[in-house]
Parts: sequence; structure tokens; C-alpha cells
Amino acid sequence: MNLTLHVWRQKARESEGGFVEYKANGISPDASFLEMLDVVNEELIAKGDEPIHFEHDCREGICGSCGMMINGTAHGPMGGTATCQLHMRHFKDGEDVWVEPWRARAFPVIKDLIVDRSPLDKIIQAGGFISVNTGSAVEANTLPIPKQVQEQSMDAAECIQCGACVAQCPNGAAQLFTAAKISHLGLLPQGQPERYDRVLKMIETMEQHFGSCTLFRECEAVCPKEISTDFITRMNKDYLVATVKAR
Amino acid sequence: MQLESKIPPGPLEKKWEYAKAHYKLVNPANKRKYDIIVVGAGLAGASAAASFGELGYNVKCFVYHDSPRRAHSIAAQGGINAAKNYRNDGDSIYRLFYDTIKGGDYRSREGNVYRLAELSVNIIDQAVAQGVPFAREYGGQLENRSFGGVQVSRTFYARGQTGQQLLLGAFQAQERQIALGTVKQYNRHEMLDLVVVDGHAKGIITRNLVTGKIEAHAADAVVLGTGGYVNVFYLSTNAMQSNATAIWRAYKRGAAFANPCYTQIHPTCIPQSGDYQSKLTLMSESLRNDGRIWVPKTQGDKRPPRQIPESDRDYYLERKYPSFGNLAPRDIASRAAKEVCDDGRGIGASGRGVYLDFADAIKRLGKPVIEERYGNLFEMYHDITAEDPYEAPMRIYPAPHYSMGGLWVDYNLMSNIPGLYVVGEANFSDHGANRLGASALMQGLADGYFVVPVTIGDYLATQFGKKVAADRPEFAAALADVNDRVGKLLSAKGTRSVDSYHKELGSIMWEYCGMARSADGLKKALTMIRELRQQYWRDVRVTGAGEEPNQALEKAGRVADFFELAELMCIDALHREESAGGHFRVEYQTPDGEAKRNDDEFLYVAAWEHKGEGNEPVLHKEPLAYEDVKLAARSYK
Repeated sequence: MNLTLHVWRQKARESEGGFVEYKANGISPDASFLEMLDVVNEELIAKGDEPIHFEHDCREGICGSCGMMINGTAHGPMGGTATCQLHMRHFKDGEDVWVEPWRARAFPVIKDLIVDRSPLDKIIQAGGFISVNTGSAVEANTLPIPKQVQEQSMDAAECIQCGACVAQCPNGAAQLFTAAKISHLGLLPQGQPERYDRVLKMIETMEQHFGSCTLFRECEAVCPKEISTDFITRMNKDYLVATVKAR
Repeated sequence: MQLESKIPPGPLEKKWEYAKAHYKLVNPANKRKYDIIVVGAGLAGASAAASFGELGYNVKCFVYHDSPRRAHSIAAQGGINAAKNYRNDGDSIYRLFYDTIKGGDYRSREGNVYRLAELSVNIIDQAVAQGVPFAREYGGQLENRSFGGVQVSRTFYARGQTGQQLLLGAFQAQERQIALGTVKQYNRHEMLDLVVVDGHAKGIITRNLVTGKIEAHAADAVVLGTGGYVNVFYLSTNAMQSNATAIWRAYKRGAAFANPCYTQIHPTCIPQSGDYQSKLTLMSESLRNDGRIWVPKTQGDKRPPRQIPESDRDYYLERKYPSFGNLAPRDIASRAAKEVCDDGRGIGASGRGVYLDFADAIKRLGKPVIEERYGNLFEMYHDITAEDPYEAPMRIYPAPHYSMGGLWVDYNLMSNIPGLYVVGEANFSDHGANRLGASALMQGLADGYFVVPVTIGDYLATQFGKKVAADRPEFAAALADVNDRVGKLLSAKGTRSVDSYHKELGSIMWEYCGMARSADGLKKALTMIRELRQQYWRDVRVTGAGEEPNQALEKAGRVADFFELAELMCIDALHREESAGGHFRVEYQTPDGEAKRNDDEFLYVAAWEHKGEGNEPVLHKEPLAYEDVKLAARSYK
């Protein structure tokens, strides 16, 4: 199949960027979106031009490295997939495809489609863990955890920290990401001792870097792991309890 | 070069205890005076960095990703072994030890493997305490499943994302230490050289992948947790950026490289579909708990799978290995797949594929149970192939997956360069010639959480007052070497892209150093690799400049190192005139096509020493002593 791409090219953080048009010809419908970009990049190198820079690694939808706005939607049209798991069979022959980096105030562009997502790590550093040193754990089965609780916790823990939720949000908010971590840990019995302290610290850090949530729920629609905004409700409830407790 | 394995004296089950009782210690107030560099933050690197930080050491952790959580451990699917015996099915530490030794085809160290089996139970405790949401039974207890090469259920898992959840546990522990200030994190930094001062590892050279700046970093010890090297095959299940540069640079600075030819080809991956293909996707071994592998009985049977009746199907693993069936170890299952495809019975357009069929399991257990066990894997398969594995069987084929070989380390995980520790897949230590499923996560975390945090003190205690700064001439010399290499790659300004060379190298390796190897083939490969490498340095085209983000340059350096490693792999494969585990030499097989070891001549670890550019590497042998396990032909029949 043949496509016309309009790709955001930007040399560096401070430089001005813009769309550049490329032809992607003879693409197999079984190729992934990133493999299609590989083909285009090989042609660019053959011409002596710099390849389009984009982040990627596992290409199995789990490392969270890749991500771009494809025709205005984070990770493209399919829903429930990261960009690397999006295949060209979902596009029409002859289609125009617009490719941009994540657009969010918290994620400045480093080059082309690569952005700096480090504020997400800062939220984890604020409290996205259970404080247990190596060696101090008790025998694993001394703590039974109901299957439903574990399953729900796992639903939240599946987040791959790709940043699509932030990129798609009109406010550039990171509520879904933060809520997923808070719920993963807060649902489990091991996470109880730090539960309310955690929610206060993580939300405080989140608000230093990201916009506010006004429940558009765009994040849920593009999340490659289909993490539910129910977790945001849960986080807000915990936050309310935490602020009361803190008084 | 002296290779002392430093296995502690005494009976197997007392060795680790003995070692711990005799290591020198660093007192708690002195720990903050020591700097430790950790390179890589997968399971081994992250767990080591976090644990060092908890102990009070000053840690600097370097990763080339934008966040330590992106390391390729995150993609491990199926599970992690532990000898908990929660199923009351006869499991024990000894049995896990024995299974691992046998699975590795008797080419690993008894002492190391026994310690690994002992620590396996602590890993599960630690992970659960961190909030890793392992699968549970309705009563709230931890659930288990089976993996290849064993007859007990000892594998713990978190859906099909066990690696992700375990890595997040280690990552979160590491982020906690970053917040506490004990770990300083350097993201988007790639290690390009090791600095050795007076024979000791005292620092590294890195390139900042955003600014392009090449910098020196000094420390009292260096820990490499930089993963495996099967991307030398170009197409593999590894992440696109997984590479050998860190361990290769250490090799070139004097670290011995052990058993480079021991690479694992995983039996169940989605087959290649075209030339554009950039990687192969693994379908977890756990699928073999419920999936049955088959091909048509007759050559050229092109009927759709559901129209081929039972009587015309060959469930070849169940036929050849009745007691282990579909859960035969990986090396054996991969070779069996190759054999039926070579026989003209492979399926799919290319004829390089076999079916992995869930129809019986769905009939027996119902679709919801299969969905709960493997839902995300089935979805992944569907995304990639546009076929529904609930309806038609999966098409699978073997692909390079893991490297058992790696830098040589002693029992304490220290290489032959004092102060250089190597953890996880980057070392050669525990899996012999073949790794069993669900053992990589176990080894990475045992190394990082429980072994290296203890053993490193034994070295550091001897280094008090011997701190070196990055202004020593050795650092300047290493910086100059790195700048020179980068300069050469940028100035070649040739005609072909890095990827085009990598693909060509990969096809040579797959053809001659893949699932079946022969002396003639390996010699041919050596000539081809050497010629291609020379052409590469003359003719590679690396666009862009050094002082900016430059992915072409990053790849170019890694592929340059893959060329050299590929050569060493072939040399090692050629010298090992036997078949063992993942290393199958066609000249050495039993009449029914199984690997035939030669314990009289090859019961040793082959550790190669670099002797300078243009010189042949020198082989050192570390003999393997089997005191508890009796050497036997490996049988899964």
C-alpha cells in the first residue's frame, strides 16, 4: 500500500519544528506502524537525510517507549494498542497520515517525535512504592489476598507509563497514570500503611508538573492497556480521606 | 589469566552460608564513602541499585532509556520459578537445583545453581512485599503453573506480564532510593567503555544521548547488568536496542567472555512475515501448559488446520517425548520444530512454522478459563497476525531469545577484573548450555537483590582509601578511544545504512551459528563476518552529527560491536566439538538426532581472553566439577 505521511520534524528542544511530507510506498499491510517508519527511514538514509527520530524498544506493547499522535490520536486509531502494535492493515491505501510527538506542556520535544517524559518518574519517586528493604519480607503466603482484589490491582498495575493519557488530555493532566499506581498499591494489603501519605505526596508532585483533570475521559479512550477512569474516582476518594486525616 | 571460581568449601547446602560468614564487611557508617556504578536497570541492575542504596552505598545508575523501567526485562511474559512447594507436588530446593543443572545440559556450576535455587524462595517473598500482584487462588494463596523441562508446578506469574510486574517492583524500590538520594539516576546515557586503573575496574565512559557529550565517571566498583546479546541475529525476541556494547567493551579491557556460543532459540515465537520485519514476538512458554504442538503428517498438506483430521496430525513432541510432551525444554522443542520443517511438513506460506493448538484445552476448560490464563497473549497474537487463536491454532516458529553465555564471573559475581561485577543475563553463570523457562527472572533478581549486595562488600572492604578520581590518565585514554571510534563511524560517510549491515550479519549468524552448526558452516561464517566487518567500517553511512540526539550513531556503535562478538561466537562454537543444550553441532548427535555431549573433553567453561586487535583470542578452561549430581545423558522421553 502507498501512503502520504506528514511528519513533525524538530531538530532540538529549542528549535522550531514543522511538518514534512514523505511518501511511504510499497508498504505491507502486515507491517507495524513503526516498521513502516523504518522503511521510510531507510529511504531517507539512502538519500543522505537524517532518519525520523522516534522512541521505541520492545515493539511488543509493554516497554512504553513508543508513542506518537497519529491523525490526532495518541497511538493511532485502534484503541487498546501502543503504536508498535498498530498494523498498517488498519489504514487505507492512499491515505494521508499526520504524525506528531506527544503534545503536552510537561513533555518538551527532544527531537522529532521524541519527548521528555521524566516528570512521570518524579510522581513515582514521590511515593509510588511500598517501603520495604531487601531481605525484610515475610513468607509470601502468610498474607492471603482475595483473588478479586489481586485482579483489580493488576488491572491498574498494567500501566506502561507511555504518557498517552497526558498527550490526549485537553488539559495535559496525568490523573490516569497517577491513579493507576495509587490504586495498584492502595488496593493491596501490603500498600495500606502508606496509603494516605502516598496519595497526598503523589498528587502534590503531579500537580507541580501537569494540568488538572476535568473528566474528559480521553485518557481512558487511548490507553493502550485500557485502564479505567474508575481508578481516578478511587484516587479522589482516597485523597479526600487523606486530607481529612491530615487535619 | 587466572580463573578461580571461588566456590566455597563444604556441602552444597552450606556453601552460601559459609561464604556469607566469611565475606569481609563494610561498616554501616563507611558505606556512604563508597561509590558504585550500576549500568543497566533491568531486573538485575534495578534490584542491585535499589539494594545498594538501602545498604547506604552511593550509587550512580546509568541507562540508555528515558526511564529505568523500560529495560527489556519488562517484556518477560510467563513467570518466575521458586522452590516453594506450595502445590505439595514433591518440589524442593534440591529438585529446582537438579532440574536447572539437567536443563543446562550439565554445563553450569553446581555451587552457583544451588544458591540460585535457595534464593528463589526469598525472591517471591520480597516481590509480594513490594506489591507485585501475582496470580492467586480463590482462597487468596499464590497460584502456580508449569514450565518446560520440569514435572512440578513452581512457576509464579502475573498474567502474561510477570517480567513487567517484577521489574516495576524493583523499579519502584529504585525510585524510592532516588528520592532518598542514595541513587543518582543517569537516564539517556549509554556506556561506551570501561576504565581500568591498576588492574581494577574504576569507572566508565558514557555518551549523553541528548547532548552527545562523552563523559568519564569514576567509582570504587562497577556493576554491569546490561542484558544479553542475541540481537546479534538481527531478528530476535529482544528489544530493538538490546545490545552487547557494555560487556563487549569490558571484554576488550580484559574481562573474560565465557561460553559465547551458548544462545537460546525459543520454540514459540510468531514466524517472520516479510523483509520489513524488525523483530520477532515471543509467545510465552506458559502457552505450552494448555496448547498442543503439531504439524500435518504428510508433506505438502496445505489444508486449513481445522480441516486436517486428528489421524493426519503429528503431535511430534508428545510422540517423541511422552513424559514431558509439549513441555520439553526449549532447545529440544526448537530443534524438533526445525526438524519437521526441514522435512517439508512446516505450515504457513513460508513453510517455516508449526501449529500451537488450544482447541482441546478450550473444549476441556471452556473459553473463559483460557482467556483468564492467556488473554493478553491471545490479543497480542491477534494484533500482529490478524488471526484469532480461539478459532484457529497459532502459527509459531523458533527465534533467538536469550544468551546463556556472557562475561565470566566467579561465585561472587565478580569478573576476572577486580571491582567489575556482572549480574543477570550479562554474565554466564547459572544456566549452562540451555536455560529453562521462568529461570531468567529468578537469576536476575537473585543476583541483584541477594548476591551482589553482599559479595560487593568483600571487595570494597579492600579498597578503603584507594579512591581514584576521573582525572587519572586512564580515563583520558579511554575518552580518547571512544571519541576516536565515534569519529570513525561518523566520518566513514559510506553508501549503506547500519540496519542493512545488521540484517546481513544476522542472516549469516542465523544460517551458520543458529539452531544447527557445523565446522564447515562456522568456518565459512568466520570468513564472511570478517569481510563484512571490514566493509562496514569503510562503507557504513551514519547521518547526523555527534553532538545531538543521533539514533543512527547509537545503532552504528552497537552493530560494530556485534560484528566482533559474532566472530567470537563462531570461534567458540567451532572449538566446542560436542553438542550441549542450545549448542547443536550436526557432527555430534545420537542416532535419533539428540544432542551428544562429550564430557571427557568438554566438561569446562570456555572463557576467552582478548589479545588485542587482529590477534586470535586465547581460550582458558575452567573445569566443571560435579560432586552431587551424576553426569548423565539428558533424557525427556
